Amino acid sequence: MAAPLVLVVLAAVTVRAALYRSSLAVFIAERVEVASPLNAWKRVVEGLALLDLGVSPYSGAIFHETPLIIYLFHFLIEYAELVFMITDVLTAVALYLAIQDFNKVVFKKQKLLIELDKYAPDVAELIQTPMEMHYIPLKVALFYLLNPYTVMSCVAKSTCAINNSVIAFFILATIKGSAFLSAVFLALATYQSLYPLTLFAPALLYLLQRQFIPVKLKSKSFWLYTMQYASLYLCSLVVIICLSFFLLNSWDFIPSVYGFILSVPDLTPNIGLFWYFFAEMFEHFSLFFVCVFQINVFFYTIPLAIKLKEHPMFFMFVQLAIISIFKSYPTVGDIALYMAFLPVWSHLYRFLRNIFILSCVLIFCSFLFPVLWHLWIYAGSANSNFYYAITLTFNIGQILLVSDYFYAFLRREYYLTHGLHLTRQDGTEAMLVLK
Amino acid sequence: GGMAAAVLLLLLLAAGPGPGRADAGQERRDALREELLLSPLPTGDVAATFQFRTRWDADLQRGAVSHYRLFPKALGRLVAALGVRELHLALTQGFWRTRYWGQPPLQAPAGAELWVWFQPTVTDVDKAWKELSNILSGIFCASLNFIDSTNTVIPTASFKPLGLANGTDHHLLRYAVLPREVVCTENLTPWKKLLPCGSKAGLAVLLKAERLFHSSYHSQAVHIRPICRDASCLAMSWELRQTLTVVFDFFSSGQGKKDWSLFKMFSRTLTDTCPLASQSKVYVDISPKNKEKELLEVSPPPTSVHEAVVQGEKKTYAVYDLLSPSLFNTSRSLNVQLKWKRPQDSSEMPIPTLHAQRYVAGYGLQTGQICTLIYNTHPYRAFPVILLESVPWYLRLYVHTLTIITKGKENKPSYIHYQPAQDRRRPHLLEMLIQLPANSVTKITIQFERALLKWTEYPPDPNHGFYVGSSVLSALVPSVTAMKDVDVEQSPLFTSLFPSSDGSSYFVRLYTEPLLVNLPTPDFSMPYNVICLTCTVVAVCYGSFYNLLTRTFHVEEPSRGGLAKRLANVIRKFRGVPPL
Repeated sequence: MAAPLVLVVLAAVTVRAALYRSSLAVFIAERVEVASPLNAWKRVVEGLALLDLGVSPYSGAIFHETPLIIYLFHFLIEYAELVFMITDVLTAVALYLAIQDFNKVVFKKQKLLIELDKYAPDVAELIQTPMEMHYIPLKVALFYLLNPYTVMSCVAKSTCAINNSVIAFFILATIKGSAFLSAVFLALATYQSLYPLTLFAPALLYLLQRQFIPVKLKSKSFWLYTMQYASLYLCSLVVIICLSFFLLNSWDFIPSVYGFILSVPDLTPNIGLFWYFFAEMFEHFSLFFVCVFQINVFFYTIPLAIKLKEHPMFFMFVQLAIISIFKSYPTVGDIALYMAFLPVWSHLYRFLRNIFILSCVLIFCSFLFPVLWHLWIYAGSANSNFYYAITLTFNIGQILLVSDYFYAFLRREYYLTHGLHLTRQDGTEAMLVLK
Repeated sequence: GGMAAAVLLLLLLAAGPGPGRADAGQERRDALREELLLSPLPTGDVAATFQFRTRWDADLQRGAVSHYRLFPKALGRLVAALGVRELHLALTQGFWRTRYWGQPPLQAPAGAELWVWFQPTVTDVDKAWKELSNILSGIFCASLNFIDSTNTVIPTASFKPLGLANGTDHHLLRYAVLPREVVCTENLTPWKKLLPCGSKAGLAVLLKAERLFHSSYHSQAVHIRPICRDASCLAMSWELRQTLTVVFDFFSSGQGKKDWSLFKMFSRTLTDTCPLASQSKVYVDISPKNKEKELLEVSPPPTSVHEAVVQGEKKTYAVYDLLSPSLFNTSRSLNVQLKWKRPQDSSEMPIPTLHAQRYVAGYGLQTGQICTLIYNTHPYRAFPVILLESVPWYLRLYVHTLTIITKGKENKPSYIHYQPAQDRRRPHLLEMLIQLPANSVTKITIQFERALLKWTEYPPDPNHGFYVGSSVLSALVPSVTAMKDVDVEQSPLFTSLFPSSDGSSYFVRLYTEPLLVNLPTPDFSMPYNVICLTCTVVAVCYGSFYNLLTRTFHVEEPSRGGLAKRLANVIRKFRGVPPL
């Protein structure tokens, strides 16, 4: 398995290196879909230049990266391209190893449920076999490395790649079962972009499942483990934040980074829903709607945890997708991360209802983004509504894609327990509805 | 008895005009000098600079001063109440084209410019600044109340005090410019009202709004500063200078002819002097250009001729002293006429030693570049210049893209002070000290990104664009001729504006063009639609997830039929037909 992975890595590195040397690099780096005020490379360079001038990078409104990025690129600024290529490769390798381990867990669980007779007798075609699961980790690595979104994100040197890498390592640590490393990487991911806080729930559920601790609110061992994990997470977060304080000897980075993410003062267009909404918002309701939009990212966690407590990895996937769609400054790099997981659910293909339309919508919107941006900003023949419309369509496409996969997943679970060929009471072919 | 009565009467008489004598004593404490400088410009236009200087030997800070004579009460109360040490307000329309017109005696940027040094005793400078701008807005009928933290900066090196100062903590300085401000008659009228004689006598009778605003450049300013009372500088006096510079265009006002006269420029002539003025003079610049004999002829013949070194060059002025009795002997009115003896060659236009221009480069509404070109035309002397740029927050400057190129090589500034902007709170401030080599052009470029603002933050005509205030260049330009130290009281007013430290260079403050930059705009008719559509997308997600989370799969039961089917079955039963 290592050889195909190495080939994929080489191909990815070649594509990126070729694009770095071409004239497209500058064009891609300026695209608002790829670089947002939070993770644009231009802003990192600006922050470091401000530091050289003796001015705190957080004294202005340009730099919104965490001190960790300052520290990292202070030494590595000349090798930036290499850093981003290595980051992408590390993410892909981490996802590869994670999914490899996850497949083993899935297979073991499947075998256990078959032996316990939990499955209906005629679902043999729905059971996943090692043969079909063999190439999934490679496909995941391929999906991530050769996804045009990831390539563009890497060529633009957007620090989204670093965020993705941290989340990938977090997933790897969780699947391997190491609570400590999982908590550390989750703290790092939260420190970098705040929204991975919601990934605490799926990680906790996965680790509980791995330790065979049942998720019951009255169970003492459940609460004990939860407390342990939560305290590990919070302690690492506090340590990382205190270390950041000592870098520049001020707490200025907290309003500049987290205050910026939460209050959305910069309305630079991006692929998300926030910018135009707040550009056209009545001042009186601004605070209310900011709170509503931010709560919208976080409040799906508990219901999903209740529904998907037996399937924490799928929960992780849906949660990642919700973060990527509804975060305040989304970029295509965030989308690339959750799309990398789609091969893991490739066995759901037969239950997906709208996959063709949705993939067409996503592809067309990806092509229309730069066209309508050019028409608005450079040609002056369109206006902001055109770009906004494509944003809406793209987000609807993503939302329906995730909910389609969710539907397919739940439907397969139903079939597994109730049998594939359903009959009504009078013996005729039955239809399945969601009621 | 009679002797005692006589002594008493004498004493009473002596004491009688006591208050009058006290008045006379106070009368001697303030003095007004007025002056008009007419300088023909190389392109055939003519510049007229009025200066009205009131000097008051009083201490406005200590003790309540209640008797105001020449010094306007509005400004005196303002200085006393808000702890102002220096105040400079200029309202300008048009742009002084330094390249073609030469170095200006006192330039101001287009729009409104206000810079103030506060006393060290002022504790909350921002509050005093806000009050000051609001009060001045009322006094001058200008929209200076738009000065707030988003257009105020605190320069560190460009604006040193022009009057007496002990210690210069730059936190007591505030500078703001409103490039969009328009100057009109409404601003001229209160300005004229501050003059001791109003516009009824003296030089101020020439200030007629309809002629003054029919010009290429109109700048009216108020400068208040503390100065030394005498050479020993033991006591302090307050000086108020009101200056008005206007440039009459050769084509529109001059009707194509280069001959000027007071009547042609102002449609009025001088008839008498202001009785409150201790000095009232008209200076006409008759300096020969290119060391030729005099090209310019003035009539009537001047009362005297004055030679001075102004801005590094030897200049000759024809002086008309309005207080001299011989002036109004022949005619009741004085109409100074300027005639050219021979036509002026356009190739004789001298190029000023320091001039600059600024423009926006780039295309599209996403990014852009501010380029400033500074020219040093001195053949062999290099000198440094301080450049101050104040850029609004919505043009996000990237200081790592700042490049300064002179003669093809990079020129690093020896001092750079950069304060990045904070969204909706303060603008960018960039101050640099750049060395200009002799006979060179320096190009300074910096890239910026245009922000998308909230729909309520756009001005009424959003596609007109946003103005960026002029950048300020302050330099000590080496002078061609050595200058002697001038006594402020004896020399013309236009030579004593800026304090000179030594005779080998003179201080010049130049302003570049203001910029007009377009920002991307949202659609202003769409707030309700956008809220509905975005909330619909969020609701689509919420709805899909709600369905999937709260509902479970069921095998579909055969339905018993809806209401229509049951009604149809009832009718069928009546008819005796089998049911559906």
